Amino acid sequence: MLVPLSWLKDYVDIDVSPDVLEEKLFSCGFEVEEKYEVGHDISKVVVGLVKTCDAIEGTHLHLCTVDAGEHGTLQICCGADNVKAGGKFPLALVGATVYATAKDHVTVEGVMTINAGKLRGYDSFGMLCSGVEIGVTEDMYPGAGYNGLLVLPDDAVPGSDVKPILGLDDWIFDVSITANRPDCQSIFGLAREVAAVLEKPLKTPALDYTETDVKKDFKVTVEAQDICPRYTAHYVYDVKIGESPAWMKRRLALVGCNSISNMVDITNYVLKELGQPMHAFDYAYLEGDAINVRRAADGEKIVTLDEKEFELNSNNLVICDGKKPVALAGIMGGLNSEILDTTSAVMFESAKFERDNIRKSSKALGQVSDSSARFSKGVDEYTTVMALKRALHLVEELGCGKISSTGFDVNTGNSIEPFELKASVAKVNGVLGIKVPDADIVRICTNLDFKPELNGDELTLHIPAYREDMATYQDVAEEVIRMYGYDHIVPTFIPTAQVTSGGYNLRQKTELKIKNALCAQGAFEGVHYSFFSPSDLDMLRLPADAPERHAIQLINPINKDLSLMRTTLAPQMITAMARNQKNAILEGRIFEMGNKFIAKDLPLKEYPDERETIAIGVFGDKEDFFSLKGLVDAVAAALDITFEYEASPKPFLHPYRTAKVLCDGVEIGYLGQVLYEIRDELDMRVDSYVAEIDLKALTKYYGKERKFIPLPKYAVEKRDFCFVMDKALTCAQVENAIKESCEYITDIELFDLYEGAQLGADKKSMAFSVVFTPQDEEFTQEKIDGFVENILKNLSDKYGAVLRA
Amino acid sequence: MADLNELTEKLSAIKAEVTEGLKALASSKEAFEYRKSLMDSKTGKIGTLMREMGKIPNELKAEYGKKVNEIKTWAQGEFDALETKLKEKEMMARYESEKIDVTLPAKMRPKGNLHPNTQVKNQIVDIFGSMGFDVYEGTEIETDYYNFTALNIPDNHPARDMQDTFYLSPEFLLRTQTSAGQIHVMEEGKLPIKVISPGKVFRSDDDATHSPMFSQMEGLVVDKGITLCDLQGMLNVFVEKIFGEGTTTRLRPSYFPFTEPSVEVDVSCFQCKGKGCKLCKGTGWIEVLGAGVVNKKVLEDCHIDSNVYSGIAFGIGIERIAMLKYGINNIKLLFESDLRVLDQLDD
Repeated sequence: MLVPLSWLKDYVDIDVSPDVLEEKLFSCGFEVEEKYEVGHDISKVVVGLVKTCDAIEGTHLHLCTVDAGEHGTLQICCGADNVKAGGKFPLALVGATVYATAKDHVTVEGVMTINAGKLRGYDSFGMLCSGVEIGVTEDMYPGAGYNGLLVLPDDAVPGSDVKPILGLDDWIFDVSITANRPDCQSIFGLAREVAAVLEKPLKTPALDYTETDVKKDFKVTVEAQDICPRYTAHYVYDVKIGESPAWMKRRLALVGCNSISNMVDITNYVLKELGQPMHAFDYAYLEGDAINVRRAADGEKIVTLDEKEFELNSNNLVICDGKKPVALAGIMGGLNSEILDTTSAVMFESAKFERDNIRKSSKALGQVSDSSARFSKGVDEYTTVMALKRALHLVEELGCGKISSTGFDVNTGNSIEPFELKASVAKVNGVLGIKVPDADIVRICTNLDFKPELNGDELTLHIPAYREDMATYQDVAEEVIRMYGYDHIVPTFIPTAQVTSGGYNLRQKTELKIKNALCAQGAFEGVHYSFFSPSDLDMLRLPADAPERHAIQLINPINKDLSLMRTTLAPQMITAMARNQKNAILEGRIFEMGNKFIAKDLPLKEYPDERETIAIGVFGDKEDFFSLKGLVDAVAAALDITFEYEASPKPFLHPYRTAKVLCDGVEIGYLGQVLYEIRDELDMRVDSYVAEIDLKALTKYYGKERKFIPLPKYAVEKRDFCFVMDKALTCAQVENAIKESCEYITDIELFDLYEGAQLGADKKSMAFSVVFTPQDEEFTQEKIDGFVENILKNLSDKYGAVLRA
Repeated sequence: MADLNELTEKLSAIKAEVTEGLKALASSKEAFEYRKSLMDSKTGKIGTLMREMGKIPNELKAEYGKKVNEIKTWAQGEFDALETKLKEKEMMARYESEKIDVTLPAKMRPKGNLHPNTQVKNQIVDIFGSMGFDVYEGTEIETDYYNFTALNIPDNHPARDMQDTFYLSPEFLLRTQTSAGQIHVMEEGKLPIKVISPGKVFRSDDDATHSPMFSQMEGLVVDKGITLCDLQGMLNVFVEKIFGEGTTTRLRPSYFPFTEPSVEVDVSCFQCKGKGCKLCKGTGWIEVLGAGVVNKKVLEDCHIDSNVYSGIAFGIGIERIAMLKYGINNIKLLFESDLRVLDQLDD
C-alpha cells in the first residue's frame, strides 16, 4: 500500500525522520517494502528568476540571465516557448540531476546530470526545466503538464530549493499489511498505528456536513442480507461536475490514482483515506426510485464502467434500481448509471459486502478493481458508516453538491460500537514469558484506543469496532509485545518442559541408512516433483489399463506437465539421466527416495496410499545391468536381507535385460535397461538403466537384529566345480540345485562363465566355488566325497549338467 | 693308487674351473643351478669327491678329507656371496622395471552425496533430536480440514489467499504447509509434545525463486507454561548450531492464523556478522523463519486444555537454508538431479 508521508501527517504529528518512522512501523508489524522521496532523482534544482530574456536570431532559443539567489546570476540558453523576463522557473544548476526526455519533451528516457555547455555558440550554465524534467505531473502541481517551462508561484524565493514548493520533498512509503489487519488497509487506518507507536494523538478526518430539507421518496431494500450485512446510501443534488481541487488531485496522483471528476475523485479519495470502497450512481438513471441489493438471476447481464459485459448467476451480488442491475456489487458500477459531465444528482453508496462473496465473484468473472481487492481483504462496518459521512463532508467542502436529508442505513444489527474484551494480565504475561509492568500495559492499550480499565489481574478493554481481529488474551499479548518491543523478550530454554528423548525413529533411521549405502556406491541423491505429466506415462509405453495410469489429477495444475500425482518414480529418473547427458555428463548414478501416490478410488474419497519408493538410475559405458543390480543389492545389504531376481519384462525396459526383484517370494520392484527407443526419443548418448523398489513393502524388515554367528570350530572345506550345461539354465537354478544337495553348504560363488564353440552352440560352462562348513565334528574325507557325489548327481539328474572334462 | 700331488692338482683344477665358472654366472637362478650341479653327490664335480675316498691310501685319507672339505666350504662361501649379490641386483632391476608415474589418476569409486535437503534435514533433526524432539512425517496429500480449517483458517479467510493451493478434489489437496502435521500430532493427545515435522509442501507458484514443490520443517512444543521467551531461546540454540556461533535472532510481529502472537524471525547475517553485506541486503539480518505462540483456538480444537497447556511453533524452509548455506540462487537447481550441481553439494 502506497502511503504519502504528507497525507499521513494530516492525522498524526509526525516529528521523526522517514528512517525512524520506517523502523517504528517495522517494529510494530508493518514492513516498509520500499520508501522513497517523491523527487528522489532530482537534485540541485532551485527557483530561477529570469531577469533578461533575448531571442537569439535564427533559432528558437532565448539567451537569459537568471537570478539564482545565493547561486549568483547565471547565463542560460533556453528553448522553451514560455520563457520570459520576470518569470520564475525551476533552474537546474550545473551538477544537478533531472530527467532526460526524448525529442517530444514528454517521454522520460533516464536521469541526466547538467553540465555547463554551449548552445549555438552561447555559454549556458544550467537549464530551466519543464514539469516532466523534474518529475512533476499536472495532477501533482497545476500547470506542470504544460509542454514548456513549469511556472513557479510569484512568492517563490530565487535560489531556494524547488522541492518543497512542488511537493518533491514528500516521502512515499510502500507498506505491506498482513492479512489480519484489514483495518490498516488505508492511510487513516495506518495513521492509527503510527499514532499509537509514536504515542501521539490521532486526528480524525472531518465528518461533519449540513443536510438540507430536501427529501426524496426513495426506497432501499437489501434482499441478500447474508452477503450484504450493511448498506448505507445518501442522496446528493445540485451536483456540479467539475475538476477536483489541486490538493485532492495531487494526493490521488501520489497513490497512483488518476483524477476523473470531483464526484468520482471523492469516492476514490475516501477509498484510499479510509479503506471503504464507495460508489456514486447518477440518480437520473436510477429507475423506479429504489435500490435493491440482491443475488443476480441466472443469465442476467450487466455492462460495467469499462464497457465489459458479464453474464451473471446467483453467486453474484448486484445492486439494482427498480428495474435492472446498476452495479456489480463491490466490484464495479454499471455503465448505465455512470457519473457523466451532465450528472446533476447522485446516490452515494457505502456498503459492506462479504469478502468471500466478492472474492469469488471477482475471480469467477475475471473482473478485478481497487474496490474488489479491498472487499476481498475485509471491510468493517464501522468504516462503512464513517466513509459515507466523510464523502458527504467532502462534497460540501468541494462545493460540488447539496446534501439532502434522504439517507439510508440498512443493517443486520451488527454493532459499530466498541466491544468489551476481558483478559487476565497474568495470562497475557504467561504467553510472553516476561512480566510487562501494568503501567506499560495500560499505556499501550490506551495508545491503541482500547480504553483499558485495570482491576487487579483483570484487564477490561473496549475494543474499537474496526479491530475485528481482537478476541482473546493471546491477541492482547500480541498487541502489548509489538508495542512494548520484542527486544524485551528474554530467551529461555523451555525450563518447564519435561525431558523427552527424540530424534529419528526406526523407519527414518533405516531410510537414512539405505541412502548412505547408495551414496557409498557412488550414487547421488536427487529430489523430483511429486507430480508429473501424462506424457511421462506415455513415454513408459504403459497400456491403457496399467495401474500406473490410475493417477490422481490436480484440479488446478500449473500446467499439464505437472498435472498428475506420480504413480511411479521411473520417468523422472529417466529424464533426469537424459538431462545430464545433454549437459555432457555421460556417466553417473542417481537415486531418489520419495512417495508414489496410489488412489483407492478416483476422485479421492479417502487418503490415498503414499508409498515410499526408491528409484535408482545408472548410465554410462561402464554401467550395465549388473552394476545396477549391485546397487539394488546394496539396498538389501543395508537391510540385512536378500533379494531374488527373475527375468520379467516391463514395457519400457529391454525385453531380455529386465528382472523383477523379489524378497521372500514377494515382488517388491524391478530393474532393467531403458529401451533403445526411449534412448533415441530423449536424445540420450549412452545406455541407461533404472530400478524401482517399493520400500513400504520392506518396512517389516527394518530394524532386523543382527545375531553373531560363532566362528566354525573345525576347518571349512572348499571345493570348485565346473559344469557344462544347457545354455538356457540360469545361474540361480544351478545354485539352488547345488544348495539343496547338502545341508553344510554355507556359500556358493560363481567364478567363471564360458560359452564357446568347443562346448557346442547350445551349451555353456559355469564354475562355482562351494564352501562346506562343519558343525559338530570335523569332516572326514568320506563325508566330503559324499557331498561332492550328491551335488554331481543332483545336477546331472535335474539338469543333465556334467563336470567339464 | 693316486698320490697326494695328483690329488692336490685335481682339486686345484676344480677350484680354478669353478672360479672361472662363477665369473660366467649372470643370474641367481644360474648360480643356483650351477651350485646344484657341482654339489650333486652322484654327478657333481665337488659332490662326488668324497666318493674317491676309497681310492685314497689310508695314510692320506685324513689329508684328503680335509682338502675336500676345504674346497667344499670355499665353494659354498663363494656361491653364497655371489647369490646374495645377484639377488640384490635382480631385485633392484625388478623394482626399476616396475617404475610408475605417481601423478597418474588415482583409482577410486567416488562416493555420492545426500541431497542438500537431506543434509539440512539431518542437521536440523540432530539439533532438535538432542533437545528431545521426535520426528513426525505427515502425508503430502492432506484434507482441507487439516491444512486450513484446523489451523484456524476457515473457509472465507483471506489467509487462504496467502498460499495458492493445488486441489485434488473438493476435500483433498496438496498440503501447503507442514503445519498440517501439528494437528495430527496434537490429536493423538500424548502430552507433552516436542516434535519436528519435515516434509514436502506445494504451492501454485513457479518462477526463478519459487518452485511449486519445496520442503519445510515445522517445530511444535506443547507443555505447561511454554512462552514466547522459550520460543526465542529455542530458536537461538537452533540458529547458532546451524549458522555458526554468535548467530542470534530478532523477532518482529507478523501474522499466521495458527499462532498468536506471530513473529517473523530474522537471524543475524552469518556472512558479515551483522555489518551489512549483499547476502543480507545491507540490513545485517536475514529472514529465515516464521513462528509464534500456538493460537489457543487451535489447541482447543485439538481438545488440549489451553488453561493448562500452551505451545510454541515454528516453520522453516529447508531449501532456503540449503541455498543460504551453499550460496545457490535458483531453487530449481535442487530438483533437476544435475550431477554437476549435486557433486558440489557435499556436506
